[in-house]
Amino acid sequence: MKKIENMAWRFFASVRLALFALLILATTSIIGTLIPQKNPPEFYVDAFGPRTAQFFQMLDVPDMYNSWWFISLLLLFSINLIVCTIDRLPNVWQMVVMNNLDTDPERLKKMPNSKVFLASGEVGALTGVATTLLAKKGWKAQHENKPSGTLLFSQKTAWSRLGAYAVHLSILLIFAGAIIGSLFGFKAGVMIPEGGATDTVYETGSEKPIPLGFSVQCDDFNLSFYADGATPKEFRSDLTVRDDAANKTFSRSIIVNDPMDYKGITFYQSSYEPMQGFNISITNKATNVRQNFQIPFGQKIHWPDTDIDFGVINQQVRSRMGDVASLKVWFSNGQGEPNVFWMDNNAIQAITTPTATYEFQASQVYATGLQVAKDPGVWTVYAGCTLMLIGLYVAFFLSHRRVWVYIDKDENEGRCRILVCGATSKNKIAFDKEFAALVECFTQDSTFQNA
Amino acid sequence: MNSSQLLGITTFAYLFSAILYIAIFVFRAKKIGLIATVLTIGAFLVNTAGIGMRWYESHQMGIGYAPLSNMYESLVFFAWSIAICYLGLELKYKNRVLGAFSMPFAALAMIMAGLKNPDIKPLIPALQSNWLIAHVITCFIGYAAFAVACGMGMMYLLKDRKANEDPNSLLASLPDLKLIDDIVHKTILFGFLWLSAGIITGAVWANSAWGTYWSWDPKETWSLITWFVYAATLHARFTRGWGGRRIAWLAIIGFFSVIFTYYGVNYLLSGLHSYGGG
Repeated sequence: MKKIENMAWRFFASVRLALFALLILATTSIIGTLIPQKNPPEFYVDAFGPRTAQFFQMLDVPDMYNSWWFISLLLLFSINLIVCTIDRLPNVWQMVVMNNLDTDPERLKKMPNSKVFLASGEVGALTGVATTLLAKKGWKAQHENKPSGTLLFSQKTAWSRLGAYAVHLSILLIFAGAIIGSLFGFKAGVMIPEGGATDTVYETGSEKPIPLGFSVQCDDFNLSFYADGATPKEFRSDLTVRDDAANKTFSRSIIVNDPMDYKGITFYQSSYEPMQGFNISITNKATNVRQNFQIPFGQKIHWPDTDIDFGVINQQVRSRMGDVASLKVWFSNGQGEPNVFWMDNNAIQAITTPTATYEFQASQVYATGLQVAKDPGVWTVYAGCTLMLIGLYVAFFLSHRRVWVYIDKDENEGRCRILVCGATSKNKIAFDKEFAALVECFTQDSTFQNA
Repeated sequence: MNSSQLLGITTFAYLFSAILYIAIFVFRAKKIGLIATVLTIGAFLVNTAGIGMRWYESHQMGIGYAPLSNMYESLVFFAWSIAICYLGLELKYKNRVLGAFSMPFAALAMIMAGLKNPDIKPLIPALQSNWLIAHVITCFIGYAAFAVACGMGMMYLLKDRKANEDPNSLLASLPDLKLIDDIVHKTILFGFLWLSAGIITGAVWANSAWGTYWSWDPKETWSLITWFVYAATLHARFTRGWGGRRIAWLAIIGFFSVIFTYYGVNYLLSGLHSYGGG
């Protein structure tokens, strides 16, 4: 039993498994980029034939990144990361905190970098000089007296050995954030026509209603184009949030890339829908009386208590979506011939009749499409991302470098043997240079030249 | 002088610089070394000026944006990133033969850019974000490092194939196999850090635009596949001691994945990054 447990542990702790997991994740991920995801079942029947489509459904290929087998691979990858960390971290931690002054002087000679030379003087005095020389090169040394001499030790960025483990932890943090998000958050959407309000949004995919606990009104939706008339420049929704429970009301405009956040729920500008209707505002220039209407297309509208009738009798659309570029207006105040004219959407037109002048403003009614998301895991994911970048930097570009200087009495009276040695956790080539510079610093010093 | 002219000059200058570096390698013409370096630095400065000029021109047109938004602009920036990565490498290793295996990538990127539509077009709402700049810069520095790593991998395989031949051969002028191996490794490390930063800035941007930091769209997925490939490469090296030919091959395979992420996805697959094409 113990043996099986041990074998299972070794399996999950192995780098082979990590390599397998990385490569199998990479390979299987390709499938979902070649076969369009999350389409209705008919799509797959049409595109691949009924037999293949059935096979795809069996293996959850149409939503493979959420399939049991892909999630299992991610789980295997996570277990591998965790077991691997538990397995190795204690030893690495030991390397970080170990007392290097305990090192047996005999072992020092076998260090990857080492150099021996002689110097005249006493151990005590030479220890002082060596400490100064090490400090000159940025090595802050400690020393300890040994039976036959003195050992000095200094290290740089010992904690850099933890870099790789920080990266592993960061991946687990990102996974944890994703799990928090899928358990306690939602992704939803809603269409709100201008002037309308909603306190419910609909979950993406399932269309399950989700109550917000407050209401969101779309006061205005605005679509603007660049000078070419075809490239959209800005989609903007003016929203008003009413939270009766908190006795709070506020307005805010959102555009793409600038969402609104309220009570952990974020509203993103994501789409819009042109509607068959117009917001009309008419001002009598003489009296400055102004009236707003929301009217359907092709209907005669009467302004109550006046002689004014008007309507939109024709329109030109800009795109297949039905964005109105210009509209044809019929207007009469009962005096003389009715005014009939074309005007641009969102523009103001002056109307002159024999008895009065008016300002006529028209803009198409839109519904704004909002994406609504609640993701309490997102900060965990971001913490993971930050940790990953720091971890990668530390793991790649910092190394744990150690140098020892061992000074002991030579057989020759009044002379000492100096052993300078060192080791690095990685980037040997750079350390070789650093070590050579340190050795040169010693050999150039007058104290060490007189032997 | 407008940006198109400056970038046209850049194309020829990179091409010429690539030819000079190849000449240094093939004809062992060490004497032209300094000319090649000066030309490359000059081309790099003209490239920088071209990008800056394009930025300025977009402001003149009243639609000011950082020129990093479509295939043309990204290729120009890719060439810029390769040039600076290579110049850094030349400075560090003082070896110009490396240029023969790096600068052709920069020249190629500019030639590809020349085939694209260079019109300055205003940004659609989805792209109007400062994350665009952070995302594109981080990704392309990563891609450029991987391009150079691929070139170094090819150099390794070339040298290794005939390592036992006579010391006067052409290949003897290439750096030591151990040194090439070290350069391949270090450029991959560098690229991996930037690729990670590129994926992360992309995720943060996606979250601020759509409320989802990851949606498994083909571009995202392929960037992750590339990340997996290089992550596997690094683990094979760090823990299983892989080096030499195997890592050289992985540097080349990894770059294929980069190219597919960058180029292939836009033309062969559909998804959220559709505006990256054209």
